[in-house]
Amino acid sequence: MTDLAVETRPARRRVHIPAAWRQPLAITGVVIAIAWVLIAVFAPLIAPHGSLEQTFTPAQSPSWSHLFGTDELGRDVFSRVIFGSRASLPIALLLVALAMTIGSVVGAVAGYFRGLVDGTLMRLTDLFFAFPPIILAMVVAAVLGRGLFNAALAIVVVAWPSYARVSRGLVLSVGQSEYVQSARLLGSSSRRTLFRDVLPNVAGPIFVLATLDLANAILLLAGLSFLGLGAQPPQAEWGSMVADGTQYFQWWWIGTFPGLAIFTVVLAFNFLGDSLRDVFDPQTARRVEES
Amino acid sequence: MATAPTAISEAPELRVRRFGRAHGLARFVLRRLAALVLLMIGITAVAFILTQLVPSNAVATNLGEQAAGDPAAVAAFRHHYGLDKPFPTRYLLYLDHLVHGDLGQSSLTHEAVTHDLGQFIPATAELALYSVLFAALVGVTLGVISALRRNRPIDHALRVTSLAGISMPTFWIALIALYVGFYRLNWFPGAGRLDPGALPPPSVTGFYTVDALIDGNFALFWQALHHIVLPALVLAAFSVSLLMRFTRSAVLEVVGNDYVRSARAKGIPENVVVRRYILRGALPSIVTVLGLVFANVLTGAVLVEKIFSWPGVGQYAYEAALNLDVPAIAGVSIFVAIVYVSINFIVDVLYGVIDPRIRIT
Repeated sequence: MTDLAVETRPARRRVHIPAAWRQPLAITGVVIAIAWVLIAVFAPLIAPHGSLEQTFTPAQSPSWSHLFGTDELGRDVFSRVIFGSRASLPIALLLVALAMTIGSVVGAVAGYFRGLVDGTLMRLTDLFFAFPPIILAMVVAAVLGRGLFNAALAIVVVAWPSYARVSRGLVLSVGQSEYVQSARLLGSSSRRTLFRDVLPNVAGPIFVLATLDLANAILLLAGLSFLGLGAQPPQAEWGSMVADGTQYFQWWWIGTFPGLAIFTVVLAFNFLGDSLRDVFDPQTARRVEES
Repeated sequence: MATAPTAISEAPELRVRRFGRAHGLARFVLRRLAALVLLMIGITAVAFILTQLVPSNAVATNLGEQAAGDPAAVAAFRHHYGLDKPFPTRYLLYLDHLVHGDLGQSSLTHEAVTHDLGQFIPATAELALYSVLFAALVGVTLGVISALRRNRPIDHALRVTSLAGISMPTFWIALIALYVGFYRLNWFPGAGRLDPGALPPPSVTGFYTVDALIDGNFALFWQALHHIVLPALVLAAFSVSLLMRFTRSAVLEVVGNDYVRSARAKGIPENVVVRRYILRGALPSIVTVLGLVFANVLTGAVLVEKIFSWPGVGQYAYEAALNLDVPAIAGVSIFVAIVYVSINFIVDVLYGVIDPRIRIT
């Protein structure tokens, strides 16, 4: 039936648009995300002033010469928000990639070899799930020492277990499929089977998880910086800028605009992740969460 | 990360269907209980290892750069804090203290950690209680509305709102709420659990609103309530959105079922169908989110308590982490983790009671 419908579709539609891109939320998400990436890349060209220049009258409210006003030290908040994208975004991307890699490999190994390996690794991930993320992240960040990079490492520690759980479930179900069985029968080594046949086929749901996780990672990273455990002053970082704003909250613009920046970035990834999840067979994701 | 709204509701049809024997529930609970105990032992081990990672820094911070370079001084320091004993011995020692309710002494407050926790827990618990109650009421209601009006404008609006709700940094909402509600409009008091100088009610539960009522002091009750409204609402923002999303998908799974259709066909009034048929069917899936809600309320509490100067566990954990107060860090993480896994255990058991099919898995 569906094949027939595809065949008879008018030929002028040359480019097939994946379902994800036809959703307004997904498009909004992508547009905002790309905009932020561009802002981060071209920050020095866009920002009217340097992020550390203290050359203006402190605490001016927003005006045409200072769109977002100036902070208590006379720095241009607009420029600092723009440069702030360079602090949070790349580190969040990096940390999610790292958590995803560690988690999926651990999960895949557990799901592929099963038995004792599986039991040990999964009890280990259960243990990481036993701590609410903020507590674990705070402690690890504090132990490693304050700094944006250490805060990101702390978030990797709390983020990898969910990938392990999801990828284990997926590998368990894929591992029983016929093509994996035949690869094994043909004498393919377990490492080769795992990396060539199994992992590529579980990538979809894991990437969806990563998109949603990116939103959480940015929130948590900003939260740690807000608490003073992440980025240190005078670096322009959104979370610590909001923290700055709470100390001078009669000057609302100091904290409001960096917070708005965090909100838009996180919203973009949540829009995107939510739409992607609907596209990537939600049934699979559901089954995975069950196991 | 557990904060992710990625946990997807249950799909009961995938599970083996078998109706329990009389002792099925007891066996199910016992098995879960055994797992819980194992997990708790694991938690103490993790907390212990974490605290053991700290001293490598503590040597430098406590002794200063110069002394840290001097092996004799470092050795003396390590001996003084029992760091030279072998690892397993230290863990057993630690467990022994733990079993006797001794979590050590906070190096920051110079009080027993258990005493500190006893002081700070009620403040957070009260805040969390109001916030979760509000979130449950509003989140579930909006979620049901959203699901029943699926793909209508109101559903789209609510979905976008809930996505926005989980995207806003809690500390930012708190800042704006304080600016508008306190600084601009002066509708709410600024910080703390009571007005400056006000004496707390005689402690019974540790919840100021409840204690003030028990004491018959209505003025104080209003004051305490007035203070808790703003932080509780800020804290609820994330949970409302989370519950809304889960309720929506849980209701959508139930709403197409035959029994709902027959109920409607029988001419049962719509509000009765929603309450007695749809909501009751969706409730088990909604209950499973409670663990996630707790984790998020706690995350929010750390941030909200800092902004509202709320003397709770979140503040305590934050201060402890910031100052590398090892016994306090360990005490808080163990306490919080045990509450967390216990909530998940209760949710599991509740789910097993409500839905016998899952006792098998």
